[in-house]
This record gives sequence, C-alpha cells and structure tokens, in this order.
Amino acid sequence: MPARPGPIALLLTLLMASPAMAAEPVAVGIGYLALAPKRVTPQTLLDPPVAEEGVQGARVALADNQTTGRFLNQSFALHESVQPDADAVLAAARAMLAGGERVIVTDLPAPLLLQVADLPEARDAILLDATSEDDRLRGADCRARVLHLLPSRAMLADALMQFLAVKRWRSVLLVQGPGDADRAYADALRRSARKFQLRIAADKPWTFEPGAQRTDTGHVSIGAEVARFTQGLSYDVLVVADTANEFGDDLAYRTTDPRPIAGTHGLVPTAWARPFEQWGATQLQARFQKLAGRPMTTHDFGAWMAVRAVGEAASRGASADPAAIGAYLRSPKFELAAFKGSRLTFRPWDGQLRQPVLLADTRSLVSVSPQPGYLHQLSELDTLGIDQPETTCKL
Amino acid sequence: MQTLKLAFLALLLAAPAARAERLLVSNEKDNTITVIDGATLAVTATIKVGERPRGIVASHDGRSVYICTSDSDHVEVLDLATLAVTRILPSGPDPELMTLSPDGTTLYVANENDNMVSVVDVKAGRVVTEIPVGVEPEGMGISPDGRVLVNTSETTSMAHFIDTATQQPIANVLVGSRPRVARFTADGKQVWVSAEVGGTVSVVDAGSHTVVHTIDFAIPGVPRESVQPVGIAVTPDAKTAFVALGPANRIAVVDTGTYEVRKYLLVGQRVWNLAFSLDAKRLYATNGVSNDLSVIDVDALRVTKSVPVGRLPWGVVVVP
Repeated sequence: MPARPGPIALLLTLLMASPAMAAEPVAVGIGYLALAPKRVTPQTLLDPPVAEEGVQGARVALADNQTTGRFLNQSFALHESVQPDADAVLAAARAMLAGGERVIVTDLPAPLLLQVADLPEARDAILLDATSEDDRLRGADCRARVLHLLPSRAMLADALMQFLAVKRWRSVLLVQGPGDADRAYADALRRSARKFQLRIAADKPWTFEPGAQRTDTGHVSIGAEVARFTQGLSYDVLVVADTANEFGDDLAYRTTDPRPIAGTHGLVPTAWARPFEQWGATQLQARFQKLAGRPMTTHDFGAWMAVRAVGEAASRGASADPAAIGAYLRSPKFELAAFKGSRLTFRPWDGQLRQPVLLADTRSLVSVSPQPGYLHQLSELDTLGIDQPETTCKL
Repeated sequence: MQTLKLAFLALLLAAPAARAERLLVSNEKDNTITVIDGATLAVTATIKVGERPRGIVASHDGRSVYICTSDSDHVEVLDLATLAVTRILPSGPDPELMTLSPDGTTLYVANENDNMVSVVDVKAGRVVTEIPVGVEPEGMGISPDGRVLVNTSETTSMAHFIDTATQQPIANVLVGSRPRVARFTADGKQVWVSAEVGGTVSVVDAGSHTVVHTIDFAIPGVPRESVQPVGIAVTPDAKTAFVALGPANRIAVVDTGTYEVRKYLLVGQRVWNLAFSLDAKRLYATNGVSNDLSVIDVDALRVTKSVPVGRLPWGVVVVP
C-alpha cells in the first residue's frame, strides 16, 4: 500500500463530518511479518500442534477493526508475510517497506526484530512487536520505532512475585532449565525476588536430559529424579524456568516436600490463558475459537492486541496516515481495551504496553496482578516491570 | 389536638406506604434474583432463575420483570405475583442488557456474542428482526418517544443510533473505550454513555449525534485505571446524574448543567448498576465484589444503608 498522508486525513475528516455520504472507504494497511516457527514434536498428546499461531489473532483483530471501520468509512487490510528463515524475513521486510508499508506487526525473535528495526528503510515505520518477552528489547536494545504488546519477562516475574509475597510464600526454590530463554526468565525472577524481598532459598540448574518422552515405567525415574533434586531443601514454593517445556510438567507431586509449582509451569504469569473469561474475555475466546478452530494462545493474543491497537489509533485519531497512527499510539490519548478490566497504554520510556498480568494454571484463573496494596504514584500497573527511573532504554 | 395526632398517625402510616415497592437484584454468580422490600429493606425472597442473570427491566404494567439470563441464551419473564419464571423469550446468544419500548410491546436485546441487537415482540414471544451493530453489543437506551434506540458496542467503542421504525442506523458515534450503559435524559435531548475502560462519560446530543461533553473523573487517592464508569441514573428533574464508577467503589454525583462532579459517594466494591426508587428519593446501587446493595438518600447525597444480597449482584430494578 503506498503511503498517502495528508489528503487521506483530510478526506476522512470530511467523511466523518457527513457520515451519510457514501464514498470509497479509506484504507489502512497493516503488514504482518513473521518467522515461521520450527516444528517441535509435541511433548504430550494433550496439546496438538498449534497452526498459524499469532497470525490467527491478527485476523480476528482485523475483523474487529473492520466492524468499527465500517461505521467510520475506514477499511483495514492485513498483508501477511510468514517466512521460513532470517534472510527471507529481511528480504520480505525490505519489500514491504519499499511497497510503502509503514505499520508492521512482527512475530520475530529479538535479534531478527532488531535487524528489521535497524533497516534504513524502516526509519519512519512503526513496528508492533506482538510476541517477544525479552527484557533487552525494552532495555539496552530498545528502539524508538518499536512498541511491545506482550508483557516483558520482568513484568511476568513481578506479577508472580507480588502474588507470592501476598500469599507469604516468601522462600523460593528456583529451578532453571538449560536454554538461553530459561536463563533470561530465571534472571527476571531473581531481579523480581530482590525487588519484592522474597528469598531464593536455593537456585538450582536442571541438568537431567529430557530423554525420550514415551518409555514404559518412565514415571519411576522422573519421580526419583525430582525427589532427589528437591531433597534437603527448605522452601515454600518451587519456581521453574523451563521455557522449552522440557521438564516443567514433571515437577508437581514429585517433590520431596509437598510444595506448589509456579513459573513457566503450574501457576503461570501470562498475558492470556485458556480459562480466562473475565471482563468480557469470553467474547474474544469465542470469536477466536470460531475463526481459528482452536483456543487462543498468548502469541495470538499479542497479535490481536497489535492489530487492534492500530485500529484504535486509526479510528480515534481519525486518520489512515501511518505517521498519524504512530503518533497517536504513543500519545497519552491512546488506550486499548483488551479484556483486562482497565485501559492499556504504552510506557513512553520503553514502548512497553502497560497491562495487568494473569496468574493461571491450565484449568483456572487464580489471580490478576498487580496485587492490591502494591501502590505507585502514577499507575499501579507500573509496579510490574521496569519503571521509568530504572530503565536502561535510551530512546 | 386529637385531629393533629390522627393526622400524624396517618402520616406515619402513609410513609411506609409510599415505599410500597420491591427491589429485584440479579446475582450474576448465584443464578438468582434477590427480592428486597422497599419499606424495610429486608430480603424477602431469593428466586432461582437461568444461568448468569444480568440485565433486568420491569414490564410497564408492573406485573413482571424481564431478565437476561446470559449463559442460558434467552430472556426470562418473572411473574411478580407468584415470583416464578412463567415465560421464556428468545434472544440471540449471550443477551446482556435490554430496553423496553415506551408502549411496552417490544424488547430490544443486546447479544454480547453475535454483534446483533434482537428485536423481540413480547406478546408473540418471538424475535421479529435482528439489527447488525458493532462488536460486543452492550448498553441499550431508548428515547422517551420510542423513536430512537441507542446501542453501545464494547470493542467497537461506539454508540449506534437506530431508527426504531425502519430499524436502520441513523448515526454511529465514537465514544470512550468499552462503552457500557446508554441513558436518554427525560427530555430526550441527550444520551449519556459510560465508557468502562475509557473512564469517561460521553454526553451525546441526540439531535446532532455529536459528543457535546466528555466527563472525566479524577478522585484523589484512586488510581485512574480503577475509575470504570458503568451505571448511569439521571434524576427525573434532569438536574443530577449519578454515575457508578466500578472498582473505584464510588458513585459520582454530576451536575447536568455544568457537567461538574459535585461529590463522590463511597459505596461497596465494584459498584455496577443503578436504579431509583419509584419516588426517586432513593438510589440503589449493586456492588459486585462486596455482594451488597447500597442505598443512597438522593436529597442528602448520603449512603444510608448496605443490604447483603447474592453473589456478584449485577443489575437492580424497582417495581410497585
């Protein structure tokens, strides 16, 4: 879609002034750039592989935008580009930008997102990072043209630690998996434990090989491993960092002492959860299920929020001009209703969307953070994650 | 002296008679309706209804109330003489709020799950037509002359003005995020629309379909995110509007002339919907989290009582 700034805004103002006038709707183009995930063998028969994760959320949001747009004479188009490898993503990004796309939703890992953001052609574009949780993208590696929809790891960790503090489960056994993402998740938990004055009673790496998932009497060896791993330790709650989903499900009930599990498994801090139905979320769960034929995941929700944020900025700002949309997204006037009971806004210091964080297990919503009693001079949502005085992001 | 005494006695007797009214509260979590005596404010009955009762309105003959039982996907008619559900009216999926035409024959129901407003012929008990609106229809208001229907849609953030004769939209007005309740003023000149997530009330001119004023609520010591306006009630003299502010646990008292907030009344937790007593001297408010009903003296602007009801009280209606 070519960038057509001034005249469109003018035309739109005219159209809004006389809604009865039937004219060609003003088009808002949204790019969707993703790296196709590598196929992973599911760990369990319980979870079938998720098809088209992320982009399905964007499609539901597109339909929501269109409904609003219908009444405002705006129409939205989603230009999807899901690429198999990093080189193809960069080529697709260049092609999108050359074609005039300036508002792009991304589902990319951190290094690739930075490469796209640093393309010279992307100078006046706005990227909506729909799926990453990396703190470094909100810190030292932040970029002015990137906004982040999902909560950062720091926000997730703070949401959990606030809950543990309220429950007075103040002593934590931290178990970290072998991956880089596990380390980043565990680091966020360590920082958060210091912030909310919880004690990490023991900090242990998980070093057992996951091995074959299906073996006869395999439960005996995993039961023995976890019991040995947790023996002789005194703690209130086991917090696990297993982002690759290799062993987290195998901890509950196997610990030596009876202790609850939280973190990437058990009680999980997250932006979206299957049992979540509050604040009208039932409607989004139902709309998504109907369109995608499967339940909504967190990445789907991130993409939904990204496309809805663009829709909100276009209809509120009454402009299809990408520059105006970008400016509106960052302005204090912007707010997103995303089924969390309160308005979501972007933090000006790092482009992170402020939001409550759910605490849920696979079958029930347990709590929502920030927990009552954690106060903040400006917004209680800023008790989650990196606040302005401590940010390392320089925009 | 004797006559004076008698007159006084008569007054005493008349006072409760003036409150010969009943309050019905829908309890979203309990699947029940709590019946409260207006004179004593005592709970007199608890009635089992369908799943997740939310919107509740009285029929104009005062004989029954209509209840949106959202998870049962229909509207139930509760007979006020027997306090039993006697009829089921159809709706779309997940009916949430509704409004009755001034002649009492047509019920307009917002179906949260299918982007449609159902037009229900009450007597025939059937859906006459469906009007397409925005995503997640919610609030329903009707002009005093019954000619204009206003529906709000939560994700679309609009108030849709609909001509009830043609069932065609007249105008679509962008309001605050996640609009909930739409109320016409008694003179039909304005529509007040609350926005739960936006934290505002938009005052829309019913003639020009433009937002003439946006009311903001800044309460010292209460975070902005907690201010979530939902229920609106305007006094019959049209001078004062009450706005329930959800988890801010307060009701704002707004001067309709200046749009200034005169006072915040501290009520129960997550105050949701509002209704006046028949003489409009009292205001009743449902508190969803603290499971009670607050009673407000409208002249004194004071909260006088809290009545425990069922779990997650949602809507309230007052009947003779």
